[in-house]
Amino acid sequence: MKKVAVVGYGNTKFTKDELPIESLLLESTKQVFDTTKNLSQDLIDGVIVSTNDNSKYLGAILSELSGIKPKISHTVEHLCSSGSSAVISGFSYIASGLADTVLVTGADKIGNPGQILEWDKSRGEYDHPIYWASMFTKAHKRQFSTTDEELAIVSAKNHKQAMDNPNAYSHKPYTISEIMNSKNVTEDLRILDCSYSCSGSSSILLTSEENVKRFTDEPIWISGIGQKTNSASFTKNELTTLSSTVTAANNAYKMAKITPQEIDTAEIHDAFSVCELMAVEDLSLTEKNTGAMYVRNLFNTEDRKINPRGGLIGAGHPLGATGIAQIVEITQQLQNKAKNRQVSNAKRGLTHNMSAAATSSTVLVLES
Amino acid sequence: MNKFETELKAGNFVTSECSHCKKIVWPPSDYCDYCFKEVNWRKVSENGTIVELSRKENDVFCITEFENKIRVMGKLDAEIHMAKPGQTVKLTKCLFNDKNGFFFSLENKQ
Ligand SMILES: [Zn+2]
Repeated sequence: MKKVAVVGYGNTKFTKDELPIESLLLESTKQVFDTTKNLSQDLIDGVIVSTNDNSKYLGAILSELSGIKPKISHTVEHLCSSGSSAVISGFSYIASGLADTVLVTGADKIGNPGQILEWDKSRGEYDHPIYWASMFTKAHKRQFSTTDEELAIVSAKNHKQAMDNPNAYSHKPYTISEIMNSKNVTEDLRILDCSYSCSGSSSILLTSEENVKRFTDEPIWISGIGQKTNSASFTKNELTTLSSTVTAANNAYKMAKITPQEIDTAEIHDAFSVCELMAVEDLSLTEKNTGAMYVRNLFNTEDRKINPRGGLIGAGHPLGATGIAQIVEITQQLQNKAKNRQVSNAKRGLTHNMSAAATSSTVLVLES
Repeated sequence: MNKFETELKAGNFVTSECSHCKKIVWPPSDYCDYCFKEVNWRKVSENGTIVELSRKENDVFCITEFENKIRVMGKLDAEIHMAKPGQTVKLTKCLFNDKNGFFFSLENKQ
């Protein structure tokens, strides 16, 4: 299996604007071309698009708009973690030798249809994500005595960190009490504990080891991949553990031959505050039942280790772009190019993404 | 509409069950997810157990489990402080118009 590295990237600002999906895809792709040295269209032989948009044939459309005639091109959809899944497709084409250099671009529009899984009849009329998030939150409170303040700290931290991310949807800091007193969406969920669906696009350029030097002196290697799908129906889930995340993380660590303690920074899927508390535990970044204390400590010491770009809560959540935006952030961190967001001495990073209430999860390990 | 939805529209909460290995096939499907044999359809027991619950405005909603396997979300006719996980509820109504609707009441009202 060939080694695969991230050698270029692009990001749009995440906004509430209604923009055509093709324009979004092209915008972050243009940035890859603007910022990657020696890149020309003929060097790209794979174009993978990730989106929940209903438009068809977007791999070919983005290729044509970018003047690329790739060998391989198609779209990947896997709800919230479409972007991570598209990166794994790109990785696999290169690792197997089917392609040399692959552009992976994800985008979604603010009102994209990926937020509700209509197939899941077990949710009845409670099909919006706020309902599964309320079940997770209530169960977490019940089992671990988690408080509203501990949940609010996640949001306060991620909003604060997003202030230094020029592409983030939110550039407003919130105090813990402002978050705790924000509108009740349900008894267990405040509006500021929720991420927002946004319009936005992110791209990365992947290539094999023998091509790396052409594009960059600072390749970031994808050294571990783990994925797990347990079901599509939310109600089959355990409520206090993201069990698909546990399996995906263990597989990613095993492939990268590292322990969780060797992770210096991580972008994790905080669709709702409770998800970050669960994820830091289920990724083994801290022990079970210490997630709230762990995150409080990060917040109090202004340690940006978790969700340095602001996570989904701070940066916004354009579903198809999110998994790729996470990788762009970790790439910048490991290249020591994250400016005000920089986590000092970051050598290894992780991205964690999940779909439909963690019925499936994806974990990637990256190394400089 | 599939069989599950047609029955739900008629007010019947049904599940698929394997004709061969007798496992409950949930969510409803045309074939057994274990042995891929044909399924039969039957009514689900009307007594379930609360798995977890929360509240949106005055609506209490919960995950209820039936027959140790079948879990659905629905509306609970109770004050939230009266109910907790593990408690038995009764399915009082189900419907289908575009979306499923499940309605529960507490079995032993005090
Ligand atoms: Zn069977």
